[in-house]
Amino acid sequence: MELIKLTIDNRTVEVEKGTTIFHAAKKLDITIPTLCYMNLKDLNIEHKPGGCRICVVEVEGRRNLAPACATECFEGMDVKTHSVRVLNARRTVLELIISDHPFDCLICAKSGKCDLQDMAVKLGVRDIPFQGEKSTYKPDYSPAIIRDIDKCIMCRRCETMCNDFQTVGVLSGIHRGFEAVVAPAFERDLDHSECTYCGQCVAVCPTAALTEVDHTQQLINDLSNPNKTVVVQTAPAVRAALGEEFGMEPGTLVTGKMVAALRQLGFHFVFDTDFAADLTIMEEGTEMLDRLTRHLEGDKEVKLPILTSCCPGWVNFFEYYYPDMMDIPSTARSPQQMFGAIAKTYFAEKQKIDRKDMVVVSIMPCVAKKYECTREEFATDGSPDVDYSISTRELASLIKQANINFNLLPDEDFDKPMGESTGAAVIFGTTGGVIEAAARTAYELHTGKSLEKVDFEALRGFEGIRSATVDFNGVDINIGIAHGLGNARKLLDEVKAGKSKYHAIEIMACPGGCIGGGGQPLHHGDSSIIKARAKAIYAEDKGKKLRKSHENPDIIKLYDEYLGKPGSELAHKLLHTHYFDKKAKQVLLD
Amino acid sequence: MHMLVCGGTGCHASAGEMLFENLKKEVQENNLQDEVQVIATGCFGFCEKGPIVKVIPDNTFYVQVEPKDAKELIAEHAIKGRVIKRLLYIDPVKKEQIPDSKHMGFYKKQLRIALRNCGMIDPENIDEYLAADGYEAMGKVLLEMKPDAVIQEIIDSGLRGRGGGGFPTGVKWQIASKNHADQKYVVCNADEGDPGAFMDRSILEGDPHCVLEAMVINGFSIGATKGLIYIRAEYPLAIKRLKIAIDQARNYGLLGTDILGSGFDFDVEIRYGAGAFVCGEETALIRSMEGERGEPTFKPPFPAQSGYLGKPTNVNNVETYANIPVIINKGAKWFASIGTEKSKGTKVFALAGKINNVGLIEVPMGITLREVIFEIGGGIQGGKKFKAVQTGGPSGGCLTEKHLDTPIDFDNLLAVGSMMGSGGMIVMDEDDCMVAVAKFYLDFTVEESCGKCSPCRVGNKRLYEQLDLITKGKATEKDLDKLRNLSYVIRDTSLCGLGQTSPNPVLSTLDNFREEYLAHTNEHRCPAGVCKDLIRYEVIAENCVGCTACARNCPVNCISGERKQVHVIDQSLCIKCNACLEKCKFNAIAVI
Amino acid sequence: MTSIKVKLKESDVQKLKEVAKSFNNEAGELINVLHKAQEIFGYLPAEVQEVVAQELTIPVAKVYGVVTFYSFFTMLPRGRFPISICTGTACYVRGAEKVLDEFKRILKVPVGETTADGKFSITCLRCVGACGLAPVVMVGDKTYGRVTTDGVKEILKEYENED
Repeated sequence: MELIKLTIDNRTVEVEKGTTIFHAAKKLDITIPTLCYMNLKDLNIEHKPGGCRICVVEVEGRRNLAPACATECFEGMDVKTHSVRVLNARRTVLELIISDHPFDCLICAKSGKCDLQDMAVKLGVRDIPFQGEKSTYKPDYSPAIIRDIDKCIMCRRCETMCNDFQTVGVLSGIHRGFEAVVAPAFERDLDHSECTYCGQCVAVCPTAALTEVDHTQQLINDLSNPNKTVVVQTAPAVRAALGEEFGMEPGTLVTGKMVAALRQLGFHFVFDTDFAADLTIMEEGTEMLDRLTRHLEGDKEVKLPILTSCCPGWVNFFEYYYPDMMDIPSTARSPQQMFGAIAKTYFAEKQKIDRKDMVVVSIMPCVAKKYECTREEFATDGSPDVDYSISTRELASLIKQANINFNLLPDEDFDKPMGESTGAAVIFGTTGGVIEAAARTAYELHTGKSLEKVDFEALRGFEGIRSATVDFNGVDINIGIAHGLGNARKLLDEVKAGKSKYHAIEIMACPGGCIGGGGQPLHHGDSSIIKARAKAIYAEDKGKKLRKSHENPDIIKLYDEYLGKPGSELAHKLLHTHYFDKKAKQVLLD
Repeated sequence: MHMLVCGGTGCHASAGEMLFENLKKEVQENNLQDEVQVIATGCFGFCEKGPIVKVIPDNTFYVQVEPKDAKELIAEHAIKGRVIKRLLYIDPVKKEQIPDSKHMGFYKKQLRIALRNCGMIDPENIDEYLAADGYEAMGKVLLEMKPDAVIQEIIDSGLRGRGGGGFPTGVKWQIASKNHADQKYVVCNADEGDPGAFMDRSILEGDPHCVLEAMVINGFSIGATKGLIYIRAEYPLAIKRLKIAIDQARNYGLLGTDILGSGFDFDVEIRYGAGAFVCGEETALIRSMEGERGEPTFKPPFPAQSGYLGKPTNVNNVETYANIPVIINKGAKWFASIGTEKSKGTKVFALAGKINNVGLIEVPMGITLREVIFEIGGGIQGGKKFKAVQTGGPSGGCLTEKHLDTPIDFDNLLAVGSMMGSGGMIVMDEDDCMVAVAKFYLDFTVEESCGKCSPCRVGNKRLYEQLDLITKGKATEKDLDKLRNLSYVIRDTSLCGLGQTSPNPVLSTLDNFREEYLAHTNEHRCPAGVCKDLIRYEVIAENCVGCTACARNCPVNCISGERKQVHVIDQSLCIKCNACLEKCKFNAIAVI
Repeated sequence: MTSIKVKLKESDVQKLKEVAKSFNNEAGELINVLHKAQEIFGYLPAEVQEVVAQELTIPVAKVYGVVTFYSFFTMLPRGRFPISICTGTACYVRGAEKVLDEFKRILKVPVGETTADGKFSITCLRCVGACGLAPVVMVGDKTYGRVTTDGVKEILKEYENED
């Protein structure tokens, strides 16, 4: 390792050869501003197109200014990050970017969380000296994501996420020069593209060019409607991130405060998606065990590996790209939809509430969940099982609107019966969690033995693709895990080629799983935040008395009272689904 | 006797092809096949006077020859040996006929190295290239020299990249040779995009083999076995001749495996550009060859480290390559004896605009702008006054009277706020408005910016808009400072050469023609009479004879007046199309 | 952008697929394939780009991104007599803009579009390298040099009775 000495703003620093000025400055606690650079180092994503030119600095002896994000340090380099020349250039470049940006900050979806706005504040922009033509495009409202491309600043982060990380490739730079912008093919709406609604573009967009569809007003209307019973479910990843919106450290668990806040907001029943996650394990685990047993008994018909199906972005992905493999994923619905189906049948009947008077709302770390609610197969007579989903960010906004001092709230518990859950359900929120939860239950059901060590450490981690072998009483079960659709594609291609060694595979569309979802508080390119959330999730699991889904007493009761047993006819009707060839459907749409 | 007919695109466009066919037909009809050979060559350079026919051995140089002249050429010159006087070139100053091209002002000061074969040989016949010492340098390199020695020779010659950057070619080769890889590439940049420069096209049309030969030499010296030529799809003739040349070279064993028994393999493929000026920038060019949007990437890594498909790649421009075989044949010392201290050899310029002799010229570095414009170029058209010369295309600047005695080389042009660029040289006269010229270039840059970095994407658009306001009389003197600051920032912060140089036309005109800007901002007046919003067309009563020509030709019928009466222009309807002024034979229309 | 679905001739689609195959269906050959596709179809409507994307296994958004980047590629059918006006610098200083304005005025279409009868389309070219003949106009493959505003009418007249 070769070390290099250089000077930044008259201070000396020593860095490894190959380090950029941006990172060398970081070592001196100098944060050079940027609008396009993004480094998700835990996910091996470094996006440095060198396009925004906000990070320019002066390098002694160099003709022009250098972009700090892309310029490597050399021995004896003398860098100025705030000379008059730099400050003038940086501000002028920012003024140029703003000159092609709408001035509707007051009513913008990103106001207060916008990197461009923050930069304007930081650089003290008071006037835009260059007024001229602004780009205008037709806004695009899909069921989950809104594209308002007038606000695109060409940072190209979304393009990197969509193409390099997710390999979905819906977004591309189009046109050139002043007209250049990021958009789907032929500038069609996302609804007419192969978009999976994973929302990773939304998660990294510095402005409001890409935002999630907002359901908060609809929620407020429903909450104030005396004829409606509003039931809420909260996904496991939400509790590990919501606190960030209120200034708490990443990784702060706020389960109890969140429940209290939801009650104060006026929800009639505050439930937990974790309950449905335990239910998922019962159904998916049973299906997995069934397929495995048949396979081990030499049944050649049985399809393996079995793939998880909780993630709606992932479901969209295989419906578009692997329609010939639709019999591989589990038929189990996602926890969100299982919850909705049970809430509007079992629970509604118990409470004697008419289905049409019940509103089921979910709080999700996810953008694709908004779309999942609208899938026709998840509705009865036009009434959806889950009426709509709001993101972690939307919930935070609602809490603030309602003048609730979140940080001072007492911890409260979920309502019964659909608020009871185990540790296995909590870890659904992170990559590897679903398969670990399934393994805990499948192991015990398959072997009839009690699991000594509940923590399957081998399944945890942040590697894009991980694999582990679990000993099921002398039988080696190979498990594969992928997060990010690009990684998923690799595993899928293996399966397609008949080269997969796995019995079961868990796939999550987002980096880190749901904790890194498109609806979470913005990480602004800092992947350590996602890691901290994972830690919180595992901590909650550890703290739970019950850590295996099949031990959840309210789940046992649900089967006793209503469903019979996992995989029963009623369970199939309410908790399972089927998939569609979206490629074929799309051709018809065009 | 040889009759050389220019077969370049310029002459092609002015019926050169039909002339060639007619000449061949005449030869046949007169049974002269054994005595007269009609050959289509590459460009002679003197495009202003095309189509051109040159007769060898007597060196008679016929200009503006029409297809119907073929009969006379054969009957008079070929058969009777009589020079056809009416087709000879007339010196614009001395007004006398000059039969031999080497006595013409246009050719006298030229030194043709890169263009040595253009107009001399049939570019579609490899034997003619071989007869002109073709592939001799390649043979010498492959059979007698070590790669390092070849690179050293190029370094010693002092050759600098002719595409615009002026980076020392030998050093570039050396860097590429030192990066080891299982595969390396040699790329010829023929994506000539500078509007008004066409030397690369002329070389490829007139002497395609010299580029192939140079690429093999380049490949041998850096250890590359694959060559790619990235050429504009808008150059069909050059593409056709390149394809013929590649096939011929392959058939002769001059491309392919084990060239000349040396054990060295090398072959060439053609890649097509698709209309993006920015692809002249080497990283963008490489992206484009890979099937991507031609967006430049940050350097380092340089193409020599990681280029096409991530492999070490050496990119040179056509004209640079055209110099290579000569350097090998005649030696670095000879080449280095031509030119100035830091710019060796010659440079090809495309001389165009308001000049008498439009065309392609090759001159030794160090020649002055005055010599080029007034001696080679024959001065300004129509006896008008010289105003400015723009070098370097959209990346260059506008130079004036006071720069006329500057010796032309890379560093001198940079020092006066312009640049060599690829060699466009546009001459402007008193009728050109420099604000409008700057706006023209910015319009081009806005159109051609890739959009990747914000200063170029938005900044150039804003520069254009500011200039537009000035040409409309809607800007103030204070706005000029804004214009200047914006120009500096774009130059200082843009990602690639396109943005880093795009403000040059603005800055150089601001520096050299500030008065003209001020006339626009302060007096709302365009002194050159170009900016439509600041001018009006008027009838000069004392000159108007009432011929009605203007009224008949006015597309919007805004001119009224009886026959033999003074006409009047209705200013509220006039679209300032200039038709009346063009039509008036009595100098009775004026731009005010 | 493209509201009307273009029905491609099956034989042309087959030709395009063969072109893709001749380039080993490699993603890196996208621009070469697009050049050939434009030769076959005359232009590159969405439907053609979708076939190209499929054959080279790349996202169609990327194909669109490339098509819209390069000015040589067009998504609109050109006129039967495509008119290209050189707007290089040499032509500009010799009056190309006025010539362009005259074409636009007479044909009543903006640059990049085709007349309603599909006969003429106007595009601007960067330098064609015939600067000696500036300003230069091309109609199809035919080049016209030293064009004046008056000359525009004459050029169009040549095509009056053609179709």
